[in-house]
Amino acid sequence: MKYSDISNRRVDQRLKRRQRAERRYRLYGQVAITLALLFLLMFFASIITRAVPAFYYHRVNLTLELSPKVFAGRQGEPLPRKITERQAKSLMEDAIALELGALAQRERLRRALIAPLAALELKQLLEKEAEVRHRLGDRLLLPFVLNSAGENCIRNACANSAEVDDFGLSEGQRQALSILHKRGLITRHFNLVFFTHSDSRSSESAGILGALLGSFWALLIAFLLAFPLGLFTAIHLQEFAPRNRLTYLIEVAIYNLAAVPSIVFGLLGLAIFLNWWHLPRSAPLVGGMVLALMTLPTIVVASRNALAAVAGGIRSAGLALGASRVQVVFHHVLPSAMPGILTGTIIGMAQALGETAPLLMIGMVAFIAQAPLSPLEPATALPVQIFIWADHPDPAFSSRSAAAILVMLVFLIVMNSLAVILRRSFERSG
Amino acid sequence: MDSLMDFFAPFLRINTRCISLWRTSSERVAIAFLIVFGTLLLPALLSVEEVSARERIRIVGSSTVFPFATVVAERFALAKGLAPPIVESTGTGGGIKLFCSGASSSRPDIVNASSRITPSQLQLCIKNGVNEVVEVAIGYDGIVIAQARESKQMGLTLRQLYLALAKQVPSASDGFMANPYHKWSDIDSSLPPIVIEVMGPPPTSGTRIAFNENVMDIGARSFPRLAALRRSDKSAFKKAVYALREDGAYIDSGENDNLIVQKLRRNPKALGIFGFSFLDKNRSILRGLKIENISPEFANIADGSYPIARSLYFYINAMHDDKISNLLDYANTFFGDEAISEDGFLIDEGLIPLPDAELKRVRYSISSMRTISAADLK
Repeated sequence: MKYSDISNRRVDQRLKRRQRAERRYRLYGQVAITLALLFLLMFFASIITRAVPAFYYHRVNLTLELSPKVFAGRQGEPLPRKITERQAKSLMEDAIALELGALAQRERLRRALIAPLAALELKQLLEKEAEVRHRLGDRLLLPFVLNSAGENCIRNACANSAEVDDFGLSEGQRQALSILHKRGLITRHFNLVFFTHSDSRSSESAGILGALLGSFWALLIAFLLAFPLGLFTAIHLQEFAPRNRLTYLIEVAIYNLAAVPSIVFGLLGLAIFLNWWHLPRSAPLVGGMVLALMTLPTIVVASRNALAAVAGGIRSAGLALGASRVQVVFHHVLPSAMPGILTGTIIGMAQALGETAPLLMIGMVAFIAQAPLSPLEPATALPVQIFIWADHPDPAFSSRSAAAILVMLVFLIVMNSLAVILRRSFERSG
Repeated sequence: MDSLMDFFAPFLRINTRCISLWRTSSERVAIAFLIVFGTLLLPALLSVEEVSARERIRIVGSSTVFPFATVVAERFALAKGLAPPIVESTGTGGGIKLFCSGASSSRPDIVNASSRITPSQLQLCIKNGVNEVVEVAIGYDGIVIAQARESKQMGLTLRQLYLALAKQVPSASDGFMANPYHKWSDIDSSLPPIVIEVMGPPPTSGTRIAFNENVMDIGARSFPRLAALRRSDKSAFKKAVYALREDGAYIDSGENDNLIVQKLRRNPKALGIFGFSFLDKNRSILRGLKIENISPEFANIADGSYPIARSLYFYINAMHDDKISNLLDYANTFFGDEAISEDGFLIDEGLIPLPDAELKRVRYSISSMRTISAADLK
């Protein structure tokens, strides 16, 4: 009696302890997941809040008089076909003076507030419109993009009480902007330039297109090289290769290769693709080849595991019905392994998308202001562009860098969902 | 050998079977794949040669010249309707190595340099067949020692800088000792008791070379013993004086001046070494230290009173005949009225332009494509 009492109590205690442990471990899991979600949420929140300013910009709409004085001509004469940048600058200065009077002259508003490339663009616009036959004395209503100091002032309602604000705008310049704003001359627009232009030195005309295309080409090349190579390597090693020392050696080599730091592949690319084969520097073709080398081991290992996971019964059944080994592999084993193979490939590709180190060695970390229309034209890649902009002291660039991160995430999501769709279709048919 | 044959045997078997099996679906997919692969890549690969002889200008080199080069590149392209030049920031040393690696048109056309090319670098160029190099001086840049705005203002002399950063300093006896200074106040009691922490460029950088020549060299010469050593054995002097500390007081921060700016903002106790233009662009965050009581201002650098200034250059490979006219146009963009007049875009970037006499000479050497030889560099 007494003995069983004691033992019962012990059992009870132990049971309670076990239940407590059970609850505790479940809690650990929940805490871990909550923390992970929290971090993800924080990450997204911070990126999105930082990126939003990059998606719109302000411009000031000014009435520009093609004053005869600037061109040393007479009222009513046609506009000369060649215009200097200096003339364009004076036109803009006059237009600002027309609106603001003496304030414009005193505060050098054009230089302080308008985008640095605006004068050059105005010159080209007027020269290009030769057939419109503007005459001296005509008035045009033209929009001018603000520079990053002006942009920042408008965004913060020009509310800075200091003599000179963080961007070097004086009180008078801020005041001038407020006046223009109150008169409704400053309008807000969606920043389409961000999607249609490539890198630039001035934040107003910097865009993501070049980097996006560069990443696209590099990944396409990487996929076209690494996927078939990796897949066939895996099939051969898993299904056909005899178990001997050479096969073993190759397996070990592949596992080792998977652990090699990516910068080493960049050095390899520099030595072989550039210095020996004389492929063009900075080209996404070479970037893709380097990234293919980098992802190859990942794809091989993942594909081998997927093939190994296919039930042995499928192979035996196929062989028993008289199919050749090749038929068994391609008709039965491969389709059932495909979802796993695709998952591995996507992981490898996603890794490649985020890689900058190997691209540094082959010249893809550079200022390239034109989008690549083929994999042979010089280009940067998305992570490189993010890196370059993130370092820029101008806050307009750091918001663009956050926006570029968003673009890269969208790119990744599109890529992943393609893989999921492919996987589904294989799962259904297989 | 046997195992090698074993390894490839299955592939041989596949080949013989392929003929009868080509109609199976997976092979059709594979064949389609190969066709797509081929059509996409083959023509691309075949045209490599054509494209590499492209007319796009390729520029490498100094991170100090980078902001000027990119601004000019962008405007040059916009004005001429050409594809914009590609500018890589590799540092002066790395850039010259690339530039001098060969004369073929796939090599860089221009290298930016924040210190003059050395005779040995030019020799490397000539050895690799790059015989015709045109030198273009674009202007001056002061090297500034900067700190975050919120930190307490400091001023330094060249001698103090030398004592703070040299790996070895002269000891009381005749020899050298490892640098014993931990705080600025250890060097001179008038300086604040802050741990010495200076971020600067790596040894291959032109900024570093100019820093060595203008700061370490002159700072060291304030010791009579070292001045004597410099006269008797220059290479021993350089070896002793140009080596910077490796105990953490000097932090090699790579070819990324923007990064140094960001780090200074976060660490108000540290100092940073970089070109004047970066200080000029970051006035709201940074302050330049007075050196020998002279502050790094535009006027002081232009008239030569600020002690640490150097010329900026770029070098054109004049053997790239197919694009030489574009290269010269690019070079002239640096000296146009739009660039270096009072509100020019290069002045906005913080460049200190050449004096008129110098400017004339540079313009002439561009238009006449005057190439440099080792004799010019002496």
